Formats: sequence, C-alpha cells, structure tokens
Amino acid sequence: MDLQPVTTRERHTAKVGVRLSIIVLLSVMISVLLGILVGAVGLSAGSVFAELANKVPGITVDSGLSTRDSAILWELRMPRVVLAGLVGGMLAMAGAAFQGVFRNPLADPYLLGVAAGAGLGATLAIAYLPDQTQWPVSPLPLAAFAGAVLGVVVTYVLGRSGARQFAASTLILAGVAVAAFLTATQTFIQQQNSDTFREVYSWILGALGTVGWGEVVLILPYVILSGGTLLLYRRLLDVMGVGDEEADSVGISSAGVRLAVVAAATLGTAAAVAVSGLIGFVGIIVPHAIRLVIGSSYRLILPVSLGFGAAFLIIADLIARSVLAPAEIPIGVVTAFFGAPFFLLVLSRSRRFS
Amino acid sequence: MRRYCLLLALLLSAAACGGESTATTSTADAAATPVGETTTTEDSGFPVTVQAANGAVEVVERPTAIISLSPTSTEMLFAIGAGDQVIAVDEFSNYPDEAPTTDLSGYEPNVEAIAALNPDLVIVSDDLNDIVAALTAIQVPVIHHPAAGSLEDTYSQIEQLGVATGNLSAAASLVASMQSEIEGMVEAVGKVGEALTYYYELDATLFSVTSETFIGQVYALVGLENIADAAGGAESGYPQLSAEYIIDADPDLIFLADTKCCGETPDTVAARPAWDKLTAVANQMVIPLDDDVASRWGPRVVALLAEIVEAVLTLEGSTP
Repeated sequence: MDLQPVTTRERHTAKVGVRLSIIVLLSVMISVLLGILVGAVGLSAGSVFAELANKVPGITVDSGLSTRDSAILWELRMPRVVLAGLVGGMLAMAGAAFQGVFRNPLADPYLLGVAAGAGLGATLAIAYLPDQTQWPVSPLPLAAFAGAVLGVVVTYVLGRSGARQFAASTLILAGVAVAAFLTATQTFIQQQNSDTFREVYSWILGALGTVGWGEVVLILPYVILSGGTLLLYRRLLDVMGVGDEEADSVGISSAGVRLAVVAAATLGTAAAVAVSGLIGFVGIIVPHAIRLVIGSSYRLILPVSLGFGAAFLIIADLIARSVLAPAEIPIGVVTAFFGAPFFLLVLSRSRRFS
Repeated sequence: MRRYCLLLALLLSAAACGGESTATTSTADAAATPVGETTTTEDSGFPVTVQAANGAVEVVERPTAIISLSPTSTEMLFAIGAGDQVIAVDEFSNYPDEAPTTDLSGYEPNVEAIAALNPDLVIVSDDLNDIVAALTAIQVPVIHHPAAGSLEDTYSQIEQLGVATGNLSAAASLVASMQSEIEGMVEAVGKVGEALTYYYELDATLFSVTSETFIGQVYALVGLENIADAAGGAESGYPQLSAEYIIDADPDLIFLADTKCCGETPDTVAARPAWDKLTAVANQMVIPLDDDVASRWGPRVVALLAEIVEAVLTLEGSTP
C-alpha cells in the first residue's frame, strides 16, 4: 500500500532535482559570464571571449587587448568574480546549515561570535603585529580566521555548560553574549591604538575591491572542506529537523551531527570573512528565498544555496562595482538594498508561506 | 550610507558628506571678513573678536593657556609663535615636537578633562559630543576651525588664530611667506604639470580624493589631472575607486597617503595584482607621503606641494 506512493515521490524528487541542478548551474554560469564581461573598464565581449579561448590548449587568437587590459581581466576581474562566488556560496550554505541545525529561521552565519571574533583577530593583527607587509603571507586573514574560530569555540563551551540538555536558544544567547564581549574588547584595543583606526575600518567595511588570486587560493581549501562536509550531512539535517529525540531514536547522534555541522559552517564562514570582511544578508536571505520556492528539505536547500549564493554575490558585486563606476559602493549595501526587496517579493508571492 | 560618511569625515579629519555644507559656509563667511575688521589690528589690543565656524568668538585677554584639539591648529599655533601660550594639545597633535601632547581626544572630547586644565582658549576642528556648546556654557572661549575647503580657508584660519592669540603680525607674515613659496613653486613647474595625471591613495581599499577637496586643490595648483575626478558622482569628494579603473587610467604619478596608517609602500603597491603593469610603477613614480602632512590643512601644505613639485620635475627630467 505504502510502497507505490513513495517510489513515485522519489522519482518526482529526482526529476525536480535534475531540473533544479540545471537552473542552478545556468544561473551560476550566467552570473560568472556577466561578472567577467562588465566592469569599470569597458572590455569588449569579443576580446574577453578571445582571451578565454586563448586559455584552451592549442588555440591562439588575438584578443586585441593590451597587457594592461589583459591584466585587468585575469588579475583583477576574474579572481574577484571567483571569490565573490566562493564567499557567496559559502555564506549562503553556512546560513542554511545554521538555520537547520538550530531550527531557528533567524540564524545566520555570523551567529555564535564568528563576526565579532574575526573583527577582534583582525584588529589585534593590525595593532600589534609588526610590519605586516614583510610577512610572506598577509597575517590579517589568518588572524581574522583564528579570531572567528576562537569566538565560536568559546560560545560553544559556554552554551553547552549552561544546560544539561541541548537547547538551541542557550547556544544562541551565549553567542550574543560572547559577541558583545569580543566587540567590546575589539573597540577598546582599537581605541588604544587609534593610529590604526583607518586600517581596522577598511578591513571591517572592506569587501572584494582589492582581491586577487592569492585570496582565492587562501580560502579554497576551507570552502571545499566545509562545503563538502555540509553537503554530506544534508540528509541528516532533514532528520534532525523533526527533533533531537526523533533523530536519536533512529540511531543518529544529534549532538555529533550538530557539532560537525556547526564546525563546518563556522570554518567556511570564518574563511569567507577573513578575505572579504563582513558581508551581511547573504546567509539569511538566500536560503530563505530558496526555502520559500522549493520547500524545506535540506537535501535540496544546501546545494541550491551554494549555487544561488554564489550567483547572488557575483551579481551583487557586479552592481557594487559598476553602478557608480569608476567609484565603488560597499557590497554590503548592495546585498541589503537589492536583497531585502527581492526577499519580500518572494515572501509575498510564495504560496507555500502561510 | 550615513555611517560610512560619518566614518570618512572622522577618518579624514575632513568635514565630508552632510556636514560639509554648513562647515564651508561658515568658513567662507569667516574668510569674507577681512582681518582688519576684527576689533583690533594691534597684537596687544585685547579684547578681540574672531568670526569662526561657531560664530563670533570674543577673547577678552591675551590667552596664555590654550588647548588645541586639532592637529592642524596646533601646527598653526606653533608656526605663528603662539607655542608658548599652548598648555595642552590632543593625542594626534604630533607636530611640532615641542607641542605638549596629552591624551586629550579631539574625536571623543571630554569637557571635564578639558576644563580641569583651566584653559582660556580652546581650538577644535570638529564639533563632536557638542563640545563647542559645552565649553561655551562654562565660559571657555572656543574657536571651531573645521577642515579647510581651500587654501583661502587655511590663510584665514591662521590669521584668526593670530588675532585671537595676539600674534597677528607673525600670522600675517606666515601667510605671506606661504603664498610666495607656493607661487614660486607653481611658477617653477610651469605648464609641465598639465600633461600629467595622478592617483592619490587614502588607503589600501582605494579610497581617493577628487579635485573638489582641499588636497585635490593643492594638486590642481600645478595643473595635475586627478583620475578620481571621473568618480565625481561620489558627492563626498572621497570616492572609493575600482582597481581596474586605476589600472586602465594608468596615472603618471601615484601618491600614497597611507604609509603611516596602513604601511603601504611603493613595494606593496607594485606587489598588488595587475599593478606591476602601471607606468608609474615602472617609472618608480609611486611617491610615499607623510599621512599627517597630507591630511592636514596647516602650514606644512607648502612642504606637501614641494614633494609634489619634486615628483613632477623628476618625472619630466627623466622622460625627454
């Protein structure tokens, strides 16, 4: 009796999955193409495609670009688009994972002291590390990364010790308290070293304006590790969505899953924050928009968030660098300015939301 | 956006964004009042009244306990010989060396900490925490001298400080010598500057200045063309430029005003992705400036112009 409907549903889900993957892949490809075609400097589409073709072994076309234009394309625009994609995908997927694991729709990647910890790490590095320009690798992202991880570890330890039984709200509250403490420390250090004021703020507001392949290489391993882990756990998140006891009753260690998911999402977020500063809104808006359209299965939400998060941030960065070109606007302004109305539109259109 | 504006205003010690209109109007008013019209032209003829950004300020006696919360005003006071009348300056007033630097803050001014020193005149560049009203309420004369919008503002501030501190003749001769030195340098450069473009960097995230700003006007004196002017739509005068735009514009000269704050050097600039393709990098025309000199509108603007002129003449000398 039961067997028939289940198989139909499975088949239906598979079909939806294929269609979704095509849409996601297409949107990522289109946004990447737009990202490398449009910029403050007008490079013709023809020469951009010629440059791309040149990278295929055995093909040599004259793109007509000068050395400088070619450097603009390969050393500035490309890494920026790739990094926007990695950061956007990572933040959106981490956001979805946090929302799932805490069963809290307002959870975002910067929860649990990630942002405040990263800010403190960056400030400490700027204020006290001697002569950063002489280091082989810039210590700034590393310090931000260490701070972010520290913030989460402290939050986790404090949040766990309060309650015998796991309570998501305890952990989130601990995160709020830890974040407040870390921010206060950061502000104090910054004020004691006011000569470094400008650099700290540049970092905090800083976005994707000055990145190169170095940053891409820096975060790629973390994104792969964190993204891979989250994707592996996506089915378990669905089970946990029902409740810890139910999950435990079918033999899933809810505490273990939670720890793994939180660790992976934090690692990915910390890496993203370390190279791009604090870009808000992506981690909340993208997963929710997706959830409103395709339903609440994390099996689908996580991979789709990765793709749409990437496409969203690439387009947001495109807007940030082209609306007032040759001036830039902070990308966080764009993500909120265009993201919020878009989200409200999805919210009001959605039949599933009731 | 406002947050960014505020921040910029603070960071650049310039009345950027929203605050600008009021500030410039009042300094313009002040400039329009000839020095001779203040109540005295004698160095010793107190009481005197000056028209600062906060209106008419009366100084009853020759002040001997001046506090400056503005690094620029500190430089001006010492340059007009009022240094021995200054009892305390803010934490960022690091020039000249003999300035009595304290931990007083011009960004977070504390009226009680200021009053505890019994000043008879206070100079501020930013009216933060309502400091002007607070000091006025406890009957301490306070002169608000905001970031200059032009060299004229600088001269007028120097002259006003001369009047208010009883050093008018020294102030007048300082202004005269600044004017003649600047004139001499502008003549020395002649027309060669006009063919050149420059990029002025405020920080490593590529914030720059347009020719509307005080610093931009200094560069315009020798005819240099500012690549940031294409981003003139940024109303603050401090746009953040796209890296690819800078590469494409390929400026002849690059000036770094972020050497102290952010540790940028010609080497770090050359190491940025794609920046090695710039003509200025190849020609070693990336000029590190002293952030402090570059962000103040005091007497050392002459030294800044001298650095600019030297760079222009070096470049002209090296390319036939």
